[in-house]
Amino acid sequence: MQLIYELSVPGRRGLKLPASDVPAAVALPEALLRKEQADLAEVSELDLVRHFTNLSRRNFSVDTNFYPLGSCTMKYNAKVLENAATLFAPFHPMTALLPGGVDFCQGTLGMLYDLGQLLADITGMDEVTTQPLAGAHGEMTGILLVSAYHAARGNKAKKKYVVVPDSSHGTNPASAAIAGYEIITVPTASYGDMDLELFKAAMTDEVAAVMMTCPNTLGLFNPHIKEISDIAHSHDALMYYDGANLNAIMGKVKPGDVGFDVIHVNLHKTFGTPHGGGGPGSGPVGVKKSLIPFLPQPRIVMDDDGKLLLETTNKGSIGRTANFFGNFGVMAKAYAYIIMLGREGLIQVSEQAVLNANYIKEKLKPYYDLPYDMTCMHECVFSASKQLEHGVHAIDIAKFLIDKGYHPPTVYFPMIVKEAIMIEPTETESKAAMDAFIAVMIEAAQTAISNPQALHDAPLTMPISRLDETKAAREQNVCCSG
Amino acid sequence: MNDSHYCPHTPEEIAEMLSAIGVADVEELFAPIPAELRAKTFNLPAGMSEFETFSRMQAIAADNTQGMTNFIGGGFYDHIIPAVVDHLSGRSEFYTAYTPYQPECSQGTLQALFEYQTAICRLTGLDVSNASLYDGGSACAEAAMMALRVTGRNKIVVDGCVSPFSRQVLKTYLFNLDVEVIEIAPQKGQLDRAALAALLDDSVAAVLVQNPNFFGTVEDFTALADQVHGVGALLIGSVYPIALGMLKSPGEVGIDIAVGDGQSLGNPLSFGGPSFGFIAARKKLIRNMPGRIVGETVDRNGKRGFVLTLQAREQHIKRHKATSNICSNQGLCALRGLIFLSSVGKEGLVNLAGLNRDKAEYAKAQLTALPGVSVLQSAATFNEFTLYLPKNAIAVVALLLDKGIAAGVPLGDYYDGAENCLVVTVTEKRTKKEIDLLVKELEVALCN
Repeated sequence: MQLIYELSVPGRRGLKLPASDVPAAVALPEALLRKEQADLAEVSELDLVRHFTNLSRRNFSVDTNFYPLGSCTMKYNAKVLENAATLFAPFHPMTALLPGGVDFCQGTLGMLYDLGQLLADITGMDEVTTQPLAGAHGEMTGILLVSAYHAARGNKAKKKYVVVPDSSHGTNPASAAIAGYEIITVPTASYGDMDLELFKAAMTDEVAAVMMTCPNTLGLFNPHIKEISDIAHSHDALMYYDGANLNAIMGKVKPGDVGFDVIHVNLHKTFGTPHGGGGPGSGPVGVKKSLIPFLPQPRIVMDDDGKLLLETTNKGSIGRTANFFGNFGVMAKAYAYIIMLGREGLIQVSEQAVLNANYIKEKLKPYYDLPYDMTCMHECVFSASKQLEHGVHAIDIAKFLIDKGYHPPTVYFPMIVKEAIMIEPTETESKAAMDAFIAVMIEAAQTAISNPQALHDAPLTMPISRLDETKAAREQNVCCSG
Repeated sequence: MNDSHYCPHTPEEIAEMLSAIGVADVEELFAPIPAELRAKTFNLPAGMSEFETFSRMQAIAADNTQGMTNFIGGGFYDHIIPAVVDHLSGRSEFYTAYTPYQPECSQGTLQALFEYQTAICRLTGLDVSNASLYDGGSACAEAAMMALRVTGRNKIVVDGCVSPFSRQVLKTYLFNLDVEVIEIAPQKGQLDRAALAALLDDSVAAVLVQNPNFFGTVEDFTALADQVHGVGALLIGSVYPIALGMLKSPGEVGIDIAVGDGQSLGNPLSFGGPSFGFIAARKKLIRNMPGRIVGETVDRNGKRGFVLTLQAREQHIKRHKATSNICSNQGLCALRGLIFLSSVGKEGLVNLAGLNRDKAEYAKAQLTALPGVSVLQSAATFNEFTLYLPKNAIAVVALLLDKGIAAGVPLGDYYDGAENCLVVTVTEKRTKKEIDLLVKELEVALCN
């Protein structure tokens, strides 16, 4: 397909601007002006509409294809959530920051406050900040809260390390590192969780926090989690919960009850807001009482009369992590999702997410190696090691699935599983959809034996075949030069 | 049983699945969670129908004051959004996809992001752009961290005229690191160049400025760029994309890393988000860029295609050695930005910028005709300027809010001694009638 710039014709216009109803201003001094205008597209509205409509048709999406991308919780995004978010489009965030401005924003501030309360109940935390803009942004915010906590106790210099299991998301060590910590990585044991003995050996009083995903990226719930948090607390280390996998446990177990002190939640995963081709997400952070004094500002608080206010003068706060109140539009969708499903609905979400993952796991177990063969939570991780004997890699199976109309599962993650294939069906997929997917996965396993070349050649039905990634990295053509 | 109509199984299907798994009921699947750890309470309210949910959301929106006339900016701006932006970004093939890890079935998102990167490069006059960051504030912080990595130094000098929100975000990002952040107090709404010159030495990693700045002042930082480069530091410029239809581009100025908030490019105010942050830089800095980058390549048949590239910078490969922790970005908002820019077009952006400045200059002339009202800065402005009022701006703004006019951002909360200062923003959406009403109501408020 052509680029929008290749459709461009000098002088063509796509939009009529409002006419001016004021006199033209005296021009700015030459030194301040742009010499060369930005060479943006010049296309008609219809050209523009066709271009982007046709581009959209070159995507797999939840609305068009089963999308079992493990760790990303690609559930169906209810359409009423989109409608709900548009209700808030006109509200300027600065209004709330003007003198007396909160009086004009009680609806939006109240929704954020209520969302915080609901998330606090779901996660077992005492207070939630809605400011972080994505999961990794929440992680960084959470770790900065940890560092503020230790600093307030005079332990800033002493607390140097953050402990992560080797199965963690890459964002965990990356977030801790940009917040100034060194990383200690603990290997996974044969039982599919962080090795308890190695963890004990790694723990010292210099550890600031332990970051856990629970269930972990193998889809397994760590039965030692309480013991781990007790050990961490005995060293005055705080427990950080990566909420990426919260979809598995709503109403079943609360991270706050098992010893976690700080948690981020990915609203775009668990709470049904769309992933947007890579964002926007939203990553509210929940904390226990001990961390409330350090929460980002402005902090939304309620006075005795039920009026929402902004606290902006707390010197102990880590400050702002975003310019305003977070990704409000995303939070409006998540809030609508939570109140629509309610208590029983959210419990059912987790139950059926777990049911679906175990169903796929049992059905595919005869065909693919399952390195950690036990009851999983919301996702299961296979290895293509059996197929590798025939020269077929996880990536080849992924490309075969594309030809069959399925977005592939996550492959090559977690890194601790060789040739990993991580499948997360989510609760919104029907049995029929999963049965069809299972049949194609079995066909892939059989083709790996009978005709491995067919898998190496895939995909053949897409607008393009496999791409030369080395060339892209070498040439670094990241913008159109024409 | 079906409390969530988004969970499609019938009881029969559930029974079949349980039997395939070999368990008696769903609860058995939760056996790995030790009984003593199970939730003792779960106090959420009962669910409701789609209709009731939407009604509830309408009621929440109705609790905010409607129809405010905005003369406020502060980083978010009330601009026109062409109808095509909502319609095209509202195609669910775009918004229900995720990060394009599998390029063959994600060319729509990948090509759109490549076109977005191109638009940002052309707008900023720089060589390379990533596929978006979270917002303008975090983009400033990411650019500063980029400069720390590139130079190996540990000092960032920040013009106090940069948005106080972005400065606070920057400080939050850096507070636990061994990095010194030095702020230069503004001088009449402008960078204090003498103070900056005195601070510049070979310990400085980067200087962060904003154009137009929080006061609305437009400055030429071309000479400053030479000074900053003279000590081996980088110049980071936070810019307002609509103003780039008129103002000297970061590339022309000599800025090394340009950042900004993309809200004004087709994203609604939406009480502060989602918007997107953009970052563009000189080509030699590409390996230190944060976040996703889309690159052009060819497939097995030599056909053009697009992939995520230079992933060895990123957290999912490099973990704690990554250039940033960012994973999800603001892809859909960046797509809206691209559609906005492609709809407005090359000449359109020039005209849009002109319209903004014309309206603001008209408002400035009318407002400064009021007794005792003057403009703080002697330098040029774009679509924002700072008024110096004969009384406390906070009280004045409160009075006008009650009339449905958000008259501006009072600076007293952000700068010492600025109690009488008010930053007024006038976008192309404000009519002459609305501006005249602002003038009239401000006159009344000043007489009170």
